[in-house]
Amino acid sequence: MLAVAAVLALAACGAPADAGSDGEVTGAVTVFAAASLTDVFSDLGRRLEDDHPGLQVQFNFAGSSALATQLTHGAPADVFAAADTDQMDVVTDSGVGVVSRAPVLFARNQLEIAVPPGNPGGITGLTDLADPERTIALCAPEVPCGAAAEAAFDAAGLTGAPDTLEEDVRAALTKVQLGEVDAALVYRTDVRAAGDAVEGIDFAQAADAVNGYPICVLTDAPNPAGALAFVELVTSDAGREALATAGFTGP
Amino acid sequence: MTLDAHVVVQRGSLAVDVDLTVGAGEVLAVLGPNGAGKSTVLRVLAGLLTPDGGRVALDGGTVWDDGAVHLPAHRRSLGMVFQDHLLFPHLSVTENVAFGLRTRGARRAPARAAAQAWLDRVGLAGLGDRRPGELSGGQAQRAALARALVGDPRVLLLDEPLSALDARTRLTVRAELHRHLAEYAGSAVLVTHDPVDAMALAGRVVVVEDGRVVQAGTPAEVARRPRTDYVARLVGLVLLPGTARGTTVELEGGGTVAVGEEAAGPVFVAVRPTSVSLYPERPAGSPRNVWPLRLASATPHGSVVRCDLAGEVPLTADVTATSFAELRLAPGAPVWASVKAADVSVYAR
Amino acid sequence: MPLPLLVPAAVGVVFLVLPLLALVVRAPWSAIGPQLAEPAVGQALRLSLVSATLATLLSLVLGVPLAWVLARSSIRGRSVLRALVTVPLVLPPVVGGVALFLVLGRQGIVGRLLHEHLDVTIPFTTTAVVIAETFVAMPFLVISVEGALRAADARFEDAAATLGADRWTTFRRVTLPLVAPGVAAGAVLCWARALGEFGATITFAGNFPGTTQTMPLAVYLALQSDPEAAIALSLVLLAVSLGTLLVLRDRWLGRSAAV
Repeated sequence: MLAVAAVLALAACGAPADAGSDGEVTGAVTVFAAASLTDVFSDLGRRLEDDHPGLQVQFNFAGSSALATQLTHGAPADVFAAADTDQMDVVTDSGVGVVSRAPVLFARNQLEIAVPPGNPGGITGLTDLADPERTIALCAPEVPCGAAAEAAFDAAGLTGAPDTLEEDVRAALTKVQLGEVDAALVYRTDVRAAGDAVEGIDFAQAADAVNGYPICVLTDAPNPAGALAFVELVTSDAGREALATAGFTGP
Repeated sequence: MTLDAHVVVQRGSLAVDVDLTVGAGEVLAVLGPNGAGKSTVLRVLAGLLTPDGGRVALDGGTVWDDGAVHLPAHRRSLGMVFQDHLLFPHLSVTENVAFGLRTRGARRAPARAAAQAWLDRVGLAGLGDRRPGELSGGQAQRAALARALVGDPRVLLLDEPLSALDARTRLTVRAELHRHLAEYAGSAVLVTHDPVDAMALAGRVVVVEDGRVVQAGTPAEVARRPRTDYVARLVGLVLLPGTARGTTVELEGGGTVAVGEEAAGPVFVAVRPTSVSLYPERPAGSPRNVWPLRLASATPHGSVVRCDLAGEVPLTADVTATSFAELRLAPGAPVWASVKAADVSVYAR
Repeated sequence: MPLPLLVPAAVGVVFLVLPLLALVVRAPWSAIGPQLAEPAVGQALRLSLVSATLATLLSLVLGVPLAWVLARSSIRGRSVLRALVTVPLVLPPVVGGVALFLVLGRQGIVGRLLHEHLDVTIPFTTTAVVIAETFVAMPFLVISVEGALRAADARFEDAAATLGADRWTTFRRVTLPLVAPGVAAGAVLCWARALGEFGATITFAGNFPGTTQTMPLAVYLALQSDPEAAIALSLVLLAVSLGTLLVLRDRWLGRSAAV
């Protein structure tokens, strides 16, 4: 149902005829974005700045839930991009009227097993992450990647055997990079961004645990024209291409 | 000798180089002004300060020898009394006195018994359960003495033991200390800047100034024949260096003084302020020692007024308050000073 | 009282106390009973109290001698040493957690040996929680005990030496009792800091209910999904630490300070 709502929202949010899109695009745009978008959004932000001299794009990358909390407590921002629809719902349902347009889904991300180089734990699939003998990091169920991990284990009929439930996906990835865990369930984009520092292992149930990434302009956006320009770039072909390169799939 | 020491220490700009020997049953007072290095010497003897050179032997055994031998403080058999008692505030008085016995291996019960016996001896019977903070200054210092003496150490070191006490308490504690030191069989070193303490308690005195021994002798010798201005002032004398020929001394600062005894060569002339008389006019008759001087300053000093005089022969005169009033002297006023030759002592420099 | 002191002091009190009052006012009081009845809450609270207490004991065992070395010894490079041991005060705790990994993690300098030869792995265990809390909280104890040692009259130690006490006996029977109020204050400060420790713990020890999820971690994660639960948990933490400090003040700090 969420997906349906999001698809409907796509039309509303993506409509280029909206007031404000014709205005001159200058000043500062503040984008609150999920941590997993750090690399690709930074890149897109620079591209937007090149297209619009006089525009500055500022980012606040953090866990989606932390960002949602900040927004519902009045943090000033123009754009919010979350790593799942739940956290977007927190903002849209907060009753403080912070979202001017219904959110639009712009990308999907799926989980992948990350292991240290050389795979010292000998991990082959999700089954090994249910093995209490191994040292495993998962995201806490309170954050999107943890919810996705639970969905993946449910789909596989397994119970995960984590040694730690990390507060966000980057923290889980760091544990892999430090070689302190045998494996962690993170996003495919994180594995790709980490380069040689980790190895990724695909697993069959990954397709059952897919996160949709919604993005939206906020009601009280100090710079609605700039906000819209950023959202349009993200949802454009160029934006999709950049997202695909980073490991995201289309919406 | 139970204490034989040559202490060499450099402390900032002060170079200390002092020889001390103290026999069994003897009390040696180290007398000197503040900052002369007295306490430094005592800390070296105790092992609390590492000297730069010299040698310290206690009870026949060398405890420090220019770095080659170094017995730390806690292994030297000595007792020490500090200026402000330094009783451990978290222990009872009895526990304080028993402390040294306990650290040296005594069991609790006998240590407490010995401590209580010593508290009786210093007149603190029944106060053993108190905390040091509940004692008066005099009581605390007596407890500190008991704590230092309880182990029957071969050497007792006293660092200004009376100077933190008020005048009245000092009298009684001094008398008590005198009694205990008289009974004490070991060697005692008393550091003080108060000549009364030194005279009352010690059998021998060394005077230390600027890190050096400037005079040594019995208290009577030191009091009668001071050799530095500092000692002279302490014992209440005016000291004038000069050269004697018969019963006349040519002073180094000019002027001459007639003295009671014949002498020759470099001498000190010592004048007691009470034997100096002041006159508004040149006194009648023909005393040999009479000088026209000026009043430099006048300060009340007990029942007398101490008048410092400037001129050819710088003297100090103690006159009664009545005489001082009759002289109607203001600072800078001229005055005649006279002293009988028989009252002027002279001794070789 | 002079106004230039009184007014900023009053503002300071408001500044510090108002956020705590807000927690109390905004707490979901009707739901707080069931919230706190959750076994996970009791588990996190118990783990917090046990690990903070163990971290304080470890800090006492290591930190008091360290403070003595800083205050009394004449070793070379003492000021450098002091600066080094107080670094955790300014180091972001998360960085401290990573640094602990680099030493005690499976791939760490020491941790690798433990892992390979003794089959001991420290990260993600309650031991790791205690270590992380000790790393962050011990400097508070060291600073406070060192201050007490410097303020204490070292001549008492001279007196003890002349009474036949070696330096260890002097330390036990004279120095330590003299600075007991400072040690107690430092221990309380250390305990409170350990109780609130978050960054180094979640980094080095991870977060798992029952073994490494202390109250601050539970609060932080609850904040992601259920802010009201987070407030309720915070109130528990607040009440426990306030209560403990008050009891210690009356029973322990008060008495030793009165000596």
